[in-house]
Amino acid sequence: MLGKKSHIAIFVLPALLLFVTFGLIPLVTSGIYSLFEYDGIGTMNFIGFGNYVRMFTEDPNFIRAVLNSLLLTGASLFIQLPISLALAMLLAKGVKGEKYFRTIYFIPVVISSMVIGQLWIKIFHSEYGLLNMLITTVTGQTFDYSWLSNPNTAFLSTVVPAVWQYIGYHMLIFYAGIKSISKDYYEAAMIDGASKWQTNVKITIPLLAPVIKTCSIFAITGSLRAFDLIYVMTGGGPNNASHVPATLMYNNLFRRGLYGYGSAQAFFIVIECLVFSYIVTKLFKKAEENASVL
Amino acid sequence: MKNKKLAKKITFLVLILIAVSQLFPLYWLLTFSLKGNAEIFGDNIIGLPQNWRWENYVRALTQTNIIRYFLNSVFYSATTVAVSGMLSSMAAYAIARMKWKRSGLVFGIFAIGIMIPAQAALLPLFQLLDRTGLKGGYLALLIPYIAGALPMSILILTGFYKGIPKEIEEAAYIDGCGVFKTFLLIILPIIKPAIATASIFTFLGTWNELMLANTFVDADKYRTLPVGIMSFAGQYSTDWGLIGAGMVIATIPTIVIYFLLSNQVQDSLVAGAVKG
Repeated sequence: MLGKKSHIAIFVLPALLLFVTFGLIPLVTSGIYSLFEYDGIGTMNFIGFGNYVRMFTEDPNFIRAVLNSLLLTGASLFIQLPISLALAMLLAKGVKGEKYFRTIYFIPVVISSMVIGQLWIKIFHSEYGLLNMLITTVTGQTFDYSWLSNPNTAFLSTVVPAVWQYIGYHMLIFYAGIKSISKDYYEAAMIDGASKWQTNVKITIPLLAPVIKTCSIFAITGSLRAFDLIYVMTGGGPNNASHVPATLMYNNLFRRGLYGYGSAQAFFIVIECLVFSYIVTKLFKKAEENASVL
Repeated sequence: MKNKKLAKKITFLVLILIAVSQLFPLYWLLTFSLKGNAEIFGDNIIGLPQNWRWENYVRALTQTNIIRYFLNSVFYSATTVAVSGMLSSMAAYAIARMKWKRSGLVFGIFAIGIMIPAQAALLPLFQLLDRTGLKGGYLALLIPYIAGALPMSILILTGFYKGIPKEIEEAAYIDGCGVFKTFLLIILPIIKPAIATASIFTFLGTWNELMLANTFVDADKYRTLPVGIMSFAGQYSTDWGLIGAGMVIATIPTIVIYFLLSNQVQDSLVAGAVKG
């Protein structure tokens, strides 16, 4: 009975048709647009990879946006993930109130990035913001630096909440990974007289390689496609200083009507995500093999 | 021994410090949503309100369209969860348990969906909705939300379906149940926890979604909470109490669901990440 064609069609077609029509075909269409000069109204001129060349040769805003998103990626990989991993290791050892900490760290994850963005706009506010008030109290001098309207700090100010919001998320994935490691390894290590630090470095982290890989891919692709927080907090400004490819693409598509060029930027994000995921998978291949041998 | 005790204390202190850093901004939001400008911009920036101004909430509810946005968001989220839950539990069933050659291919198509960032489909989707006349109505968001929720739900559910023993259906067929009856009455109850997991994942994504909601909806009456609050945050930019109240109202449902189902929520987001 489970092989009848009409049954299979009834079960699978509604979801498949919906997803193909409103997910896959638009994606492919974006890819096609990216090869054209197109403003949505006039004719479409095929220009091959012209839009992609233009991004990197004639558009300093795009280069800056890519660098910004790489900075965010770096912060996520080298600040957020280590904090999350350390927290997960501390918690998984069994601390008083383990469950409460886990629950608290995770709260920012479930809140909308619009709310997080608006909230951090106020934290960074020059006169009444939490941050400047803190600095003023500590130094005793009035400090009214305008974090979000200065091109030098605008983007960095969006990186802080981005890292802050998802610490608990990665922590939880690491935590689940650590909890699934068999206790036998730790008992054997203890019998051999290994210190806590040694067991962490020699057992927990190597065995966690597949989970670290997952989190890394997640941190990278999440950063490369980041949109909400930056859109809410700075809109890419001031003076285009805080754009990432996603916000720049959004402006090009919906403010400037550059359909072909904007699509190329959108597609660039897809390619970037795929390439980075591939690289991370390759880099972790050896470590994962070792983890499965252990 | 002394060192061990000290280490434990330091660990605990670090955990507390990070917990404070995660909670303090939210505490601050809650307090300024209950203060007047005199306190927010004066000398009581971080303390509890001296004068609890619940009227900020009354004003948010009456002066702005927030109730409408709230109901819209409930409607979008509930419909997306229900429809995508139904469609994905059916599709995943066919992929995981029915016998056909192309099941791997279909699974692969949905797996691609997990890799695609929404922005890559944004413009063609916009044009499609515009041309079909769906733009400017509830369907303009519902359809992309449902379509977008399918891949992750199908991935989560497929894993669960594969863990059910084959004998279940065989026994049902011998008892004279048809495919549909078996699916509805026997299989669905078994995978209820997986459907709950996928539903939470879908709910959080839909409730908090910003980019599509900001792009596909023009009319105020179809707006969602995130977009609505973003626009009135611009309009009343100096009235922090009012904006704060709006933000708290927008956050309450996710926080309530989180506290009621915190284990389930955590499990579902971990499942989402690990499968993705």
